[in-house]
Amino acid sequence: MSALDATLRKLGAMTIDGVWRLGFAARFFLAVLRYSGQSFLRLPLTIREIYFSGVLSLLIILVSGLFVGMVLGLQGYDILQRFGSSDALGIMVALSLLRELGPVVAGLLFASRAGSAVTAEIGLMKTTEQLQAMDMMAVNPLARVVAPRFWGGVISMPLLAAMFSAMGIFGGWMIGVVAIGVDDGAFWSQMRASVDFRYDVLNGVIKSFVFGVAVSWVAVFEGYDCHPTAEGVSRAITRTVVYSALLILALDFVLTSFMFRGP
Amino acid sequence: MNSIASNSSLVRLDGVRFAYGEREILRGVDLTVHRGQVVAIMGGSGCGKTTLLRLIGGQLRAGSGKVEVDGQDLGHLSTRAMYAMRRRMGMLFQFGALFTDMNVFDNVAFPLREHTKLPAELVRDLVLMKLHAVGLRGAQSLMPSELSGGMARRVALARAVALDPMLMLYDEPFAGLDPISLSVTGQLIRRLNDALGAASIMVTHDVMVSLELVDYVYFVSNGVIVAQGTPEEIRKSNDPFVRQFVHAETDGPVPFHYPAPPLANMLDGVAA
Repeated sequence: MSALDATLRKLGAMTIDGVWRLGFAARFFLAVLRYSGQSFLRLPLTIREIYFSGVLSLLIILVSGLFVGMVLGLQGYDILQRFGSSDALGIMVALSLLRELGPVVAGLLFASRAGSAVTAEIGLMKTTEQLQAMDMMAVNPLARVVAPRFWGGVISMPLLAAMFSAMGIFGGWMIGVVAIGVDDGAFWSQMRASVDFRYDVLNGVIKSFVFGVAVSWVAVFEGYDCHPTAEGVSRAITRTVVYSALLILALDFVLTSFMFRGP
Repeated sequence: MNSIASNSSLVRLDGVRFAYGEREILRGVDLTVHRGQVVAIMGGSGCGKTTLLRLIGGQLRAGSGKVEVDGQDLGHLSTRAMYAMRRRMGMLFQFGALFTDMNVFDNVAFPLREHTKLPAELVRDLVLMKLHAVGLRGAQSLMPSELSGGMARRVALARAVALDPMLMLYDEPFAGLDPISLSVTGQLIRRLNDALGAASIMVTHDVMVSLELVDYVYFVSNGVIVAQGTPEEIRKSNDPFVRQFVHAETDGPVPFHYPAPPLANMLDGVAA
């Protein structure tokens, strides 16, 4: 077999494998949705996951939001004052956070903080035969383990993105108004006048919800599908972070192109 | 053979074949387990024992042939019916497979809470009784990470019998246990089986302990049953495979070497 032949074969095998896995992931997603009813009937299970994915991610989200907002304050002032419009700093900070940075950066942080943890947990449960044991006890692991973690992530993500944006605006205000001396009244009134609830805020929330679904889906799937060895779990965690990040950025482009086409 | 119900079979395998893709694991297995019996399935590592157990537990479906539990063909059960069947089965996994985020008490309570609507006090009493039976009532508030291997397996055993199953499946129940834990586990398996009036199937390669406590033994090799009999018959058997296994001889029908071309051929490259 020539080298070219071997490469083509390998490429073909990889493609088939990829398509097969994507199909499996899609069927898995439908199965999770099908068994989601139970995780809402037994709310404490889902609330526990909201605590682990959401509440415990709060610190990193808030601190990151503060720094991103402070950087926006510095950069925004530097650019806007060249055009003599530093009063518009509030608009710039709020819009960039609500539309883009809030959902995207919070999503990336969420994937690496909570998504990886969910993959690791489910993967280790699989490795130590806990999922099989549950299945043998006639308890469906999709309903008992996977669905609550999926919904815990989906519910947490928009809330975290909102906290990120709020903290970012506070950071921008601290730098712009408190440290640099932009007019306080102008900062807030311009923001209030220019930020539209549906066009800016709601679209941002929709984005963060979509990212929440994407990250949670990838995280539970990679955990459930991992090879039940130490190496398999570690690879699954890596894949969760990589795929989540790529999905968030790609979806962000698609969503932005549909949502923000100007008035 | 146990006298309780020698004519009522609980598990019956009929010409069962199974393959993972191209790799054939089981090649026509017939096997019967009666109520009240403790049956051992023995064989070397990788001979298809665990696969056999998974087929009986309904985790795998036979490629061809029939797996029947309590008169029902597992090949034709819906997911719902399979779960209904599994509520009457208990399985002990090799390393216990306890839920690491719950303590001992909650682990044993898990099947009761999932499948019954019993009030909390009753669940508590039942859990304590099950833990008492395995001698670990005092360990109820420990986490699985605080247990030794033998204790973890006993907790898992208490959990597996929480719903009083009709059929118990054991995957290597003696692997990695010290001599004391080993004989404790062995006795528990026998005692629980007799108390529940259940049937037990264990996959093991621990010959000496198993022959002491089981009613019947199947030997599996290369995906077929090569020998079977009561412990008495097994001890006296002249079958070369059984002899090699029971007396732990290094070479015999089961070769010491994994199939390979002659050593001289493989060393040629180095010599040259």
